[in-house]
Amino acid sequence: MGKVMPLSGNYAVAYAVKAVDVDVVAAYPITPQTAVVEKLAEFVANGELDAEFLHVESEHSALSAVVGASAAGARVFTATSAQGLLLMYEIMHIASSSRLPIVMGIATRAISAPINIWCDHSDFMAASDTGWIMFMALNAQEAHDLIIAAYRIAEDPRVSIPVAIGYDGFVVSHTLEPVDVIEKEEALEYAPKRVSRPTLDPDRPVTMGSLASPDWYFEFRVQLQDAIENSRETISEALREFKRRFGREYREVDDFYTDDADVVIVSMGSTTGTALVFIEEARRSGMKLGLLNIRLFRPFPEVEVVKYLENAKAVAVIDRAVNAGSSFVGPLYSDVVVSAFKKSLDIPIVNYVTGLGGRAVVKSHIEFIAKHAYSLVGKKMREVKKHYSFIGVRE
Amino acid sequence: MSAFTIASIPREELLAPGHRMCQGCGAAIVMRHLLKALGKDIIIAHATGCVEVTTSLYPETAWRVPWIHVAFENAAAVASGIEAAVKALKRKGLMNPEKKVKVVAIGGDGGTVDIGLQALSGMLERGHNVLYVLYDNEAYMNTGIQRSGATPLYAWTTTTPAGKVWRGEWRRKKDIVGIVRAHGIPYVATVNFAYISDFYVKLRKASEIEGPTFIHAYAPCVPGWRYEPHLTVKIAKLAVQTGIWVNYEIDRGSFRVTTPVPKRLPVEEYLKTQGRFAHLMKEEVELIQKLVDEDVDYINKLAGSVVVGPVERK
Repeated sequence: MGKVMPLSGNYAVAYAVKAVDVDVVAAYPITPQTAVVEKLAEFVANGELDAEFLHVESEHSALSAVVGASAAGARVFTATSAQGLLLMYEIMHIASSSRLPIVMGIATRAISAPINIWCDHSDFMAASDTGWIMFMALNAQEAHDLIIAAYRIAEDPRVSIPVAIGYDGFVVSHTLEPVDVIEKEEALEYAPKRVSRPTLDPDRPVTMGSLASPDWYFEFRVQLQDAIENSRETISEALREFKRRFGREYREVDDFYTDDADVVIVSMGSTTGTALVFIEEARRSGMKLGLLNIRLFRPFPEVEVVKYLENAKAVAVIDRAVNAGSSFVGPLYSDVVVSAFKKSLDIPIVNYVTGLGGRAVVKSHIEFIAKHAYSLVGKKMREVKKHYSFIGVRE
Repeated sequence: MSAFTIASIPREELLAPGHRMCQGCGAAIVMRHLLKALGKDIIIAHATGCVEVTTSLYPETAWRVPWIHVAFENAAAVASGIEAAVKALKRKGLMNPEKKVKVVAIGGDGGTVDIGLQALSGMLERGHNVLYVLYDNEAYMNTGIQRSGATPLYAWTTTTPAGKVWRGEWRRKKDIVGIVRAHGIPYVATVNFAYISDFYVKLRKASEIEGPTFIHAYAPCVPGWRYEPHLTVKIAKLAVQTGIWVNYEIDRGSFRVTTPVPKRLPVEEYLKTQGRFAHLMKEEVELIQKLVDEDVDYINKLAGSVVVGPVERK
């Protein structure tokens, strides 16, 4: 085991990137991600990490540069937030469809306008259709651990898909926590560098990024869908092996008190911690509440999610993003509802959007959500009048 | 290297036949000779554009060297990443440190002077050991001849048509070499394949110099410039003979015109070969002549002597 250090989420990520001995880092500063890049620059400057550090002129170039580096066979890292992620959006699709094992950290933040540097999941959710494997870490330790796991998953020849690790801006990225830091030797034993993919090499010329006509394009996209679907087993395996080696267990979802719960709250990111504190108190006063934390967001763990909702009489899904004008409003809500519908779960599943632009999500919000969802117990989905509401917003 | 002759051109073709570039395509000539000049030990990062789509139609490829295309605006950033990877992998013993690899970025004028300018500036400023080659056909030819920042004055394009109000493009061509040289990189040069020895010598020099280097290659476009395919090399030659295009290099700060033109032909000789200038009136031709005269004066000033001479009327 490594040593325990007080680290912010950003620093915890940087220590993980150092531990897996990346070869190329390219990143551009943006709040709240910046400290990751600063720390990595410090590691390279001090000779603690032997990597090429590219001071790129934009996030678009950051991801483009790591695409190039990964195609040439290097282990790579980049990180961003909000507008930076949107600038990368074009290249995110290309990275996944090119099947490059890139790893990225996302310190989640609201999207402009108005410009706002604080936490929500708008950026993370905007990337949800890019074909990346996506995790959301609950805290600094998890951010550290999942970055290391991400390299093992991404570089597995059965997967070969980029992986993004989200962690809540400021709440996780800037909060100091004791973090058990994994040392380089252990990290590389768990996630050895694997270059099983074809690379750009004059001795074995390959053409990458071809033009594919209607005769071929479809098959490329289907292969990506198949690969991300098939990655589930490799992901579970990587997380089980992580537990065996390092003792910390990470599952696709975490369930708390779902066995006998009337109402299950589904949440992702730091809201889960707040919800858990409330639920434990509510349980003592007789409210049978359960909680489901979504750690793996893509591929969406629908089987695991439904498993913990099956016995519930109502489900409250908390989102920190809005897909304005959609039939679902909250993006996490849409995945939960579709998963439930596929198993014919006819219970009220309701969406609560909260904490946009860094507005604090506090216990009283969770209490309101829980009580409101409780009022729906006994109803069927079609009897629910309003499927979403905004919590903590001015009237 | 000054002893370079046509006989010195390597026989081996690294651009495979069967690509889909047009008959008479200037960019195709640039690519073929670029590959012959640089040889096999390269990795190419290619911007979206005519050459990219016509050479990489899956499941075939015209590239006998490692080649990657990612997007339109980022060839320089992708090349930066490849170069950084090669450097890191060699240093860390993950790649043979003796291995010869030169990273080459290729973009058209749209991908370089417009949408890719920021990534190019970043790559130049960071000092990557990358040769960037701009093949300039003076418009967005791949999407169907729309004007770019490199389109010359009065040229017809589909977005600068000659009508009752518009007279074709009304702005002058962006000085991309001026922008590039402002980054203080070790080597910048213009090349024109009608002067093939000069082309080879410069490509090889740019490839051998450590650090960012830039080649601006002239690339006539048959459908975009509206001329018959057999005229490509003739038009390329006229570009130099009229002073519209000047072959020069800036080698570690020292400026030199590599194709002196003692007596220039009038620009009209060049303009009249191409349908994109067919709508020009006498006064417009005269204005282009005046502007080219000014450009030539500036070039001669930089050269310190008259290397591109005055116009000689027939």
